[in-house]
Amino acid sequence: MLLSITKNIHEWLFSLMPENVASIVEMTIIAIIYLTGFAVAGLFLVLMERRIAAWFQLRRGPNRVGFHGILQTIADALKLVSKELTGTIKADKFLYNLAPYFVIITALLALSVLPFTQDFQAFDINIGILFLIAISSIGVIGILLAGWSSNNKFSLIGAMRSGVQTISYELSVSLSLLTIVLMTGTLQLSEIVEVQKNGWLIVQGHIPAVIAFMIYMIAGTAETNRTPFDLVEAESELGAGFHTEYSGMKFAYFFLAEFINMFIIASIATTVFFGAWLSPFGITESIPLLGIFWFLAKTFVIVFLMMWFRWSFPRLRIDQILTLEWKYLLPINLVNLVVMAVIVWLGLTIQF
Amino acid sequence: MEPIVVNNNFKSEEYFINMGPQHPATHGVLRLLLTIDGEIIKKVEPDLGYIHRSIEKMCERDSYQQIVHLTDRMDYLSSNINNEAVCLAVENALQLEVPERVKVVRTIIGELTRIASHTLWWGVTGMDVGAFTTFFYGFRDREMINDIFEETCGARLTMNYNIPGGLMFDIHPNFVKRTKEFVAHFKTKLPEYDALLTNNVIFQHRTKGVGVLTKEDAISFGASGPVGRASGYSCDVRVHHPYSALDKVKFKEAIRTEGDTFARYKVRIQEMWESLSIIEQLIDNIPEGDHKVATNAVIKLPKGEFYQRVETARGELGVYIISTGTKNAHRVKFRSPGFSNLSLLNHISVGSKIGDLVAIMATLDLVIPDIDR
Repeated sequence: MLLSITKNIHEWLFSLMPENVASIVEMTIIAIIYLTGFAVAGLFLVLMERRIAAWFQLRRGPNRVGFHGILQTIADALKLVSKELTGTIKADKFLYNLAPYFVIITALLALSVLPFTQDFQAFDINIGILFLIAISSIGVIGILLAGWSSNNKFSLIGAMRSGVQTISYELSVSLSLLTIVLMTGTLQLSEIVEVQKNGWLIVQGHIPAVIAFMIYMIAGTAETNRTPFDLVEAESELGAGFHTEYSGMKFAYFFLAEFINMFIIASIATTVFFGAWLSPFGITESIPLLGIFWFLAKTFVIVFLMMWFRWSFPRLRIDQILTLEWKYLLPINLVNLVVMAVIVWLGLTIQF
Repeated sequence: MEPIVVNNNFKSEEYFINMGPQHPATHGVLRLLLTIDGEIIKKVEPDLGYIHRSIEKMCERDSYQQIVHLTDRMDYLSSNINNEAVCLAVENALQLEVPERVKVVRTIIGELTRIASHTLWWGVTGMDVGAFTTFFYGFRDREMINDIFEETCGARLTMNYNIPGGLMFDIHPNFVKRTKEFVAHFKTKLPEYDALLTNNVIFQHRTKGVGVLTKEDAISFGASGPVGRASGYSCDVRVHHPYSALDKVKFKEAIRTEGDTFARYKVRIQEMWESLSIIEQLIDNIPEGDHKVATNAVIKLPKGEFYQRVETARGELGVYIISTGTKNAHRVKFRSPGFSNLSLLNHISVGSKIGDLVAIMATLDLVIPDIDR
């Protein structure tokens, strides 16, 4: 149904104007839809984080602005938009202004390949997972630039920590996803979803897939720089880390990007491990539009898990973070990859 | 004021960082001059004086009753115990015997203050190592104690409940009931503290073996309170020089021998249990009687030197009064626990990481107005 709607719009646009113009208009429309979704998701995630944090911390959280505080984050966003942009005099102006865009654009790009429901995917390329991994490693450049150009030692320490951490955990994210790719035999996200009609991949791949999921969750939390891996900001150590010197909307970009990155990490987990938009046991398979509901439901469960981490764990130290990755996660991951290869080779996967 | 001259003899790769006076981990206006190599700390120089109010000089100007109010503003988290120290010093100098009721109530209030201070410390320690939730758990329990104080004397932080000669008012009729309620409540909540933070693997990795202080160093740096006891140095004034009703109660001095950050943490948790037990032993039989003995409106201490030590939540607080027989002290000196404990910061944190420094400072439990006075 959704496919027919989009197809109709597509044909209508192309009948109306020349091909080049039509495709530009179409891309713009898609971009606007995604940007709106991005802003709404970001604002909602901030509210969700604040309410969940309050719930964990014996308080009520924002509940005055609008119904149950639903307008609180919108009010905050308006405040940030209207704030004056201040910065340090000795900052490297060009890089300082560039950094937030790096972070926010990479976060946006990753959204484009996510399969929200059947045929609702802006950009279905045959190297989907590779694209996601590549895009997520560009984001760290923005953080490094921000820390470097702010001319603030605390920012610089934060940025350097971020560089070390993201580059290390990139390996674990990629390897744990690779373990799953062994089962699907494709990097294209739509096909990965297709394969899961015989059972979600975390079920198909049983033990090694569960290990891969756990490693993915740890590494994914590290990728998004959230507690217990929030050394980049490390409030009690560095003040605010790399975004200390940013204000107003530039700060909001970093802030939103963090939440969108969390959403993306959770979405990838949903897509790769939990069957993306497929309903459990195929109960609503006849209505593809409900796929969006299932996709978001699964994603938000994982997002909740990451928030749970954040509000109950202390922060690791920089050397412990590196030890965890290089001495534990990476070797386990490599062994797990071999185990998965053997399982796939012997055909020991569980298929329904 | 002379500007601080920063030592510029840096080796290559080393750089200088200013931690504070406005920094989330220093819990006040403490300024640390850090020399760092990457993440590793080479040198820590505390720079004091940002909240100096010349309390000791003001003590020479004010009468002995007024001095008590100034001590609230030193270590504001154990204000009741500070007040008690001055009152005891003055009472000893006057050789004034206060009623039993006063002694018992002072001890109970003192232990409640200690628990209130430790719950806040526990909350911010969790926050310093990155777990925000602890802060709210700590405040939930501290709030109950503050309510008891508010009912007793009308104030929540700077109590001024003790006066030379006894207590400013008698206890509130609800005091016993509410204290019992709190003890019952806190007994169920203390295990929660362990579940949330103490037993957390990350927390144990962050604190075990970090900032190790040996017993010899603890003694030579003058460490006291939980910091000294975590290094195996038995220094609890309540045990060695009991005051008020502390000689009537039985409790175990919390001592550990590791001397690291985790030991300091565990000592404070253990102290909360001990304080609960002290309160339980006293709360049921508060003797009847007056809540103060009459003193002269103008207190004049006899000529001489007087010293009184008490155990605050942070360690040994000493009050040293030189009197020339007039209504003002000739000289008052406070031996504050925070100052001595801060002095060993450089000694135990060199060679550790920035994150460790924050954890070490958290378990030294620094209260800056106590250090600067």
